[in-house]
Amino acid sequence: MIQFQYERASTAQAAVNALTNNSNAKIIAGGTNLVDLMKRNVMAPNKLIDINALPLREIRQQDGKISIGAMALNSQVADDKLIMEKHPLLSQALNAGASAQIRNMASVGGNIMQRTRCHYFYDTALPCNKREPGSGCGALEGMNRMHAVFGTSEQCIAVHPSDMCIALVALDATVLVAGPKGERRIPFEEFHRLPGNQPEKDNTLQNNEMILSVEIPDNAFSKNSHYMKIRDRASYAFALVSVAAALNIDGKVIKEARLAMGGVAHKPWRLKEAEKALVGKPATEETFRQAAEIAMQGAKAYKHNAFKLKLGPNVIVEALKNAAGLV
Amino acid sequence: MPLAWYSPQPERQEIMNEAFFDKKEYKPLDRVDGRLKVTGAAKYSAEYPLPNMAFAVLVGSRIAKGTIKSIDSKAAERAPGVLAVISHLNAIKVPGYQPKGEHPSEPSTNGQPLRVFFDNKIVSNDQPIVAVVATSLEKAQFGASLVKIQYTKEQHKTDLEANAGDAKLAASAKKNPKSPTADYERGQKDAFESAPVKFEAEYVLPTEVHNPMELQSIIAHWEADNKLTVYDKVQGTKMTQKNFAKEWNIPEENVKCIATFVGGAFGNGLHNWPHETAAIIAAKQVKRPVKLVLTREQMFTMVGYRPRTWQKIQVGATKEGKLVAINHQSIGQTSSYEEFTESTLMQTRMMYASPSVSTRYRILPLNLATPIWMRGPGEATGAFALESAMDEVAHAIGMDPIDFRLANYTESDPDKNMPWSTKYMRECYEEGKKRIGWENRKLKPGEVRDGEWLVGYGMGTGTFGANRNSATVHAELDKEGNLVMHCAITDIGPGTGTAMVQIASNTTGIPTDKITFHLGNSEFPNAGLQGGSSTVNSVGPAVLAACNALKEQLITMAAAKGNSAFTSAKPDDLMFDKSELQLAGKSAKTTLADLFKQNNIEKIETTNESKPDENRNKYSMNAFSMHFAMVHVHPFTGQVRVKKIVCCADAGTIVSPKTAESQMIGGATGGIGMALTEDAVMDHRFGRYVTKDLGDYHVPVHADVPDIDVYFVNKPDLLADPVGSKGLGEIAIIGVAPAIANAVFNATGKRVRELPITPDKLI
Repeated sequence: MIQFQYERASTAQAAVNALTNNSNAKIIAGGTNLVDLMKRNVMAPNKLIDINALPLREIRQQDGKISIGAMALNSQVADDKLIMEKHPLLSQALNAGASAQIRNMASVGGNIMQRTRCHYFYDTALPCNKREPGSGCGALEGMNRMHAVFGTSEQCIAVHPSDMCIALVALDATVLVAGPKGERRIPFEEFHRLPGNQPEKDNTLQNNEMILSVEIPDNAFSKNSHYMKIRDRASYAFALVSVAAALNIDGKVIKEARLAMGGVAHKPWRLKEAEKALVGKPATEETFRQAAEIAMQGAKAYKHNAFKLKLGPNVIVEALKNAAGLV
Repeated sequence: MPLAWYSPQPERQEIMNEAFFDKKEYKPLDRVDGRLKVTGAAKYSAEYPLPNMAFAVLVGSRIAKGTIKSIDSKAAERAPGVLAVISHLNAIKVPGYQPKGEHPSEPSTNGQPLRVFFDNKIVSNDQPIVAVVATSLEKAQFGASLVKIQYTKEQHKTDLEANAGDAKLAASAKKNPKSPTADYERGQKDAFESAPVKFEAEYVLPTEVHNPMELQSIIAHWEADNKLTVYDKVQGTKMTQKNFAKEWNIPEENVKCIATFVGGAFGNGLHNWPHETAAIIAAKQVKRPVKLVLTREQMFTMVGYRPRTWQKIQVGATKEGKLVAINHQSIGQTSSYEEFTESTLMQTRMMYASPSVSTRYRILPLNLATPIWMRGPGEATGAFALESAMDEVAHAIGMDPIDFRLANYTESDPDKNMPWSTKYMRECYEEGKKRIGWENRKLKPGEVRDGEWLVGYGMGTGTFGANRNSATVHAELDKEGNLVMHCAITDIGPGTGTAMVQIASNTTGIPTDKITFHLGNSEFPNAGLQGGSSTVNSVGPAVLAACNALKEQLITMAAAKGNSAFTSAKPDDLMFDKSELQLAGKSAKTTLADLFKQNNIEKIETTNESKPDENRNKYSMNAFSMHFAMVHVHPFTGQVRVKKIVCCADAGTIVSPKTAESQMIGGATGGIGMALTEDAVMDHRFGRYVTKDLGDYHVPVHADVPDIDVYFVNKPDLLADPVGSKGLGEIAIIGVAPAIANAVFNATGKRVRELPITPDKLI
């Protein structure tokens, strides 16, 4: 770990100013990812701006949406009555992530900003374009069992690690951010990006912007949603494949559907074509199987992750079955 | 058929049991040091706050093979608080390092341990090559980040499968044709070829890492120029004392090793490692006590691991389920400088009544650090192949796998051609079957369901030698009836202190809360390593001997003072009842206080050694286990949930039922990891692990571990040792992984022969 300055921000504006004045400054909230990265010399900000004192922990119902403050803890959101009632999918996804201890420290904003757990990104002795642009992608020809099958590039095949974000992208969330020119809203699907030729960029947040809150529009999915995560042990492991499934079922017919996958891409992977294939159909395993096939179109496997092409659609079907109450 | 080893000796066993059983019953007791552990009062190696302490951080190599071209340490040396940057360029000369590539310590891994900071050679990735010593841990870490090292790379080999052709016979096998590592033949050489049923398969166990909760740590303190104290996380204080005395060319009595508490080890403390010497060099160089704690990542590369092992097994049988032949070969990896070997193929030689058996054990030197025994070392690796194969053959001939095993039960050791000292596996089969609900198992896989989940049952057996070493205990009894004992043995977690207190209490009648057992210090009387399931079998008898010696002294004292009832008494006749001394069957008694007063003494003491006896040449002594698993497997997502495990152990006398049960639960949990989750994945292009923290290297978490039901046969083996115990640590894990793999097969019809059984292998 290197030496760094530490500063407590008293307002969001002050935090944004500090970021604007120092391009090598980083915001710290729970620190559950950033501190690890600093200890391993993967990230070396020369200044940390602590935003724990900011009043951004509130979860509240507004007109047609729920707003979750960026500093709300993962455990707080997962156990929040409003969230459990209106968006049980988000609660399930949060509880599928990390461990109880980490969820008690990690913030919503930090969860969104967390970085890939790609082995090559974490080890400074190995090549990684995300950590050190131009050094090569260690995973491309290396141990890539955990890696992406959608939206990869020759530069990077890492996956986004969050569970929470898979639910948020499925729920059409929006990220409210503050920057030097004021506030702006980023649709969740556009917040994270694909690696392309700039794998060092995880998302579209600017260096001098910070997350204030996440907004989830009211919906009719609360009765029929399910988050399913398949991993190498029963808890505290990143997803091999995860699926957030949300259905609005009228009688036996699907009126609306939301579907997103984790563990398969550099960003939370929304499956809009598969959603379309569900709408208007009966909520049956057959329908789900067809949608799952559509969902996997364009997937590309590497040496060790071909299993995701088979596991992926199976998990989509299982998540949808659970969401529809067929299990 | 030459079946001379089918010679049961029931009479002898029955007599023994009766004699012992009436007399002693060991009851569950909370850990004597439990409170210290849960309140944080127990001090582990890194927790001794010595004045003027300095902190060392190790920098590891970033290549797997080659030489160090240059080390630029200028920035590190200038960094705040840095006291020294030590490497082969400036390390003080270790007197014990021999010029011709030799290291003075004699690890049971044949070969030469790595000499840290000796020369510019790189023999494995993350090999410690620089130590940065500073006034605080953080300053040392910062300094370490500033060291720039240039290398000259050479082509490395780290891949077991790719280099299997270079596997060789171990030197120990060449030296001793009876060694467990030597080639072995029994019966007819080509028996397999002509067997009516022939089965052949290959199995792979990945590299596993011990990963105890406590990181390896040492405080090295030169109390004088030639006087060294180490607070060191090791499994043998005497081993450590001897090794460092040799390494530093100082008298043994000038080296003190303190390891009062060890936060788990599972075998990685059975060797003195380069980081320990690095700390000792650093302490000498900066003239201050130096604390060095490895990082979790360094735990993967600097303190051993269970070697990746490839196995091939051939089993020949009759259609009726009699074994005809077993041929079993294995290749395990080792380093380029030490020949690590383990008893991978021993269970195959002696578990079943196969008239013909051949084993071929090979090792493959690679550019990796040296492995070290990990719980149930080679036996657990070998049992995965053997016990999976037994299940596969049973399936092939349409037989229940338990019936198949019972049809090939051995009543004496077919390898050593000796009777067992004791063997109660039939009891384990019966009890285990009942407890797991074996009657619900279907012979055909995939037939039982619970909702969407497939249900399967499996079992596996294990065995490990009832090892015993010589051990010495010092015991002191004061007039208040407090019994205090000392022994150099360590306790890496099984509850050694608790077990010894129970043995002493049962032998004397002194209540457990008046007995203290001090351990983990090389200044205490001699004991071997805490390893190989040998502690209770070795130290227990010394406790017994010391307690009996104290009783003899008391009898002599009482008799000398004219108490005639005591004149012909034997130690066995004497028991404490609170402060009174009672003689069995006699009303004569006296109190300790009176006796000490009459003799005008404050205390009595004794030092007693107990050693293995000649019975070891007449009997084959082994502990046996049997693990049963019930699993659920999801057919579409490949998830495995272990729903129940039953562990049955024939481990002789169980002297501490509560900690023994905990030990079995721990072993079964380790077995779940072996079966389902643990895998140290290496990228062979770099010879570097990619799963090297507890986030990526998956040990089972609570959610992976079901209720574990433990059954002990609990019949003493008095031929093995006077306590009657046969050891527990290893058999707790041996056979668990195949039990789970076999249950997964029973659930799904899918046979996974390369562990761990992750979801991708089942969809």
